[in-house]
Amino acid sequence: MATHPAPDRSTGPGRSGDPDRTTTSTVTLRVNGVPRRLTLDNRTTVLDALREHLDLTGAKKGCDHGQCGACTVLVDGRRTNSCLLPAVAHDGAEITTVEGLAELVGPAEGGALHPLQQAFVDRDGFQCGYCTPGQLCSAVGAISEAAAGHPSYVTSLTAGPPGPPVPLSPDEIRERMSGNLCRCGAYPNIVGAIEDVTR
Amino acid sequence: MRRFAYTRADDVDAAIAALADHPDGVFLGGGTNLVDLMKLGVVSPGLLVDVSRLPLAEIRETAGGGLWIGSGVRNSDLAAHPAVRTRYPALSQAVLAGASGQIRNTATTGGNLLQRTRCLYFQDVGKPCNKRVPGSGCPARDGVHRDLAVLGHSEACVATHPSDMAVALAALDAVVHLRGPGGERTVDLTDFHRLPGDEPHLDTVIRPAELVVAVELPPPPAGGSGYRKVRDRASYAFALVSVAAALEVRDGSVQDVRLAFGGLAHKPWRARAAEGALRGARATEESFTRAADAELAAAEPLRDNAFKVRLARNLAVRVLSGLASLGGAAAVTEGTVS
Repeated sequence: MATHPAPDRSTGPGRSGDPDRTTTSTVTLRVNGVPRRLTLDNRTTVLDALREHLDLTGAKKGCDHGQCGACTVLVDGRRTNSCLLPAVAHDGAEITTVEGLAELVGPAEGGALHPLQQAFVDRDGFQCGYCTPGQLCSAVGAISEAAAGHPSYVTSLTAGPPGPPVPLSPDEIRERMSGNLCRCGAYPNIVGAIEDVTR
Repeated sequence: MRRFAYTRADDVDAAIAALADHPDGVFLGGGTNLVDLMKLGVVSPGLLVDVSRLPLAEIRETAGGGLWIGSGVRNSDLAAHPAVRTRYPALSQAVLAGASGQIRNTATTGGNLLQRTRCLYFQDVGKPCNKRVPGSGCPARDGVHRDLAVLGHSEACVATHPSDMAVALAALDAVVHLRGPGGERTVDLTDFHRLPGDEPHLDTVIRPAELVVAVELPPPPAGGSGYRKVRDRASYAFALVSVAAALEVRDGSVQDVRLAFGGLAHKPWRARAAEGALRGARATEESFTRAADAELAAAEPLRDNAFKVRLARNLAVRVLSGLASLGGAAAVTEGTVS
């Protein structure tokens, strides 16, 4: 599955021997390939750092409790809920947001889209669009996981031999995407769009 | 949220020392439950000691033929590990039955064991809760408790432990390795979580500044193992009832059996009475039903959760019947459990 080289984490916040009681930290997040140095209140999540400090408003704040998936981004190549990540604990991390998805597959000049973004457009995989950035990042992560042979609960019940890749049937896609809610109910077309890019 | 300081220790001992020196601190692993509870105001640490980059993310086979699972192993890596999938399928299935892909990529083995109940009253700081504020009362007992405990609860607390993973670990005789200011010790997983009694604020027997270092599994039980979960929606929901089981059948008789329930109690519920009733018995649906009934005779359902008792019995019978008929990892057919 897609991962980035491990960043140098020998320095950074919280590295002094005895923890002092300062409640702010300076961190560097590599966002869509660009290092961004920020001094943040330790309470700041990766989601708030992206939206409030870096003006990257693609990742959305839905529930802010890890229940809806609207904030999903890729951290070191793996999908995760950015609303539950303290930014201070992710110094040096490589973060890909919806704004950087197209660059994962090539130079994104002239508004080029990631194939999955194009599939969402072609399939009408959204209505209001609020959950879409999270759906896209989550689907990119899910496709990588399946390609690497990671099982889902559905896979685990069939006891096939471990190993890549896991074919993404509609049942597999629904299970693997269950952490992304769409209150407009665009699920059938989201599943269709993901099927389109994995065929 | 209360302001907090942050430190990242270089090794396990430094992390333990940092917390021992700061009683208002907590360890930060994946943070998927902790950060949520901090946002809710349920916990308000003054210091986070980040243990997520310590070298605790190893899975390796032990000399005795078991498996060592570091506390920093992410849930998704645990579930996908070839040794877990092939030798301990109940564990892989249990982990995959929990949370979402995003959360499993972040949450750790140690954090999974230490996650807090999802009882609505515990999570709502505007309500009394003996687990959150000892002595304040338990509105769940007469309130919203459809998904709460039917076994082992007390006047003070009717919460359930939310983990799927821990239920499989309980059935598989896992041992928790702990390290703290006083040194190292091990605790059987079935003794790690507590029943609430009159101290429901204590979920586990872990001591101040103690860190879960690893979970160790003995060699897998002979025969197959499996995990099944019943919930209000097909995915991404906590268990109403779950069952982890391992079963070895020889000449039609139960040679060995391990059975544990999730969603029924303040801890993963190892069903020793049912196991005792089954050893040496014929491996039939009738035996499985009798054994499950023997275990669940101790149930004391609340006003709105009596359905869990029958659900638990039927799910146990289905899982054991599946393991008996095929004797394999995937021996449990899907279907309606009524």
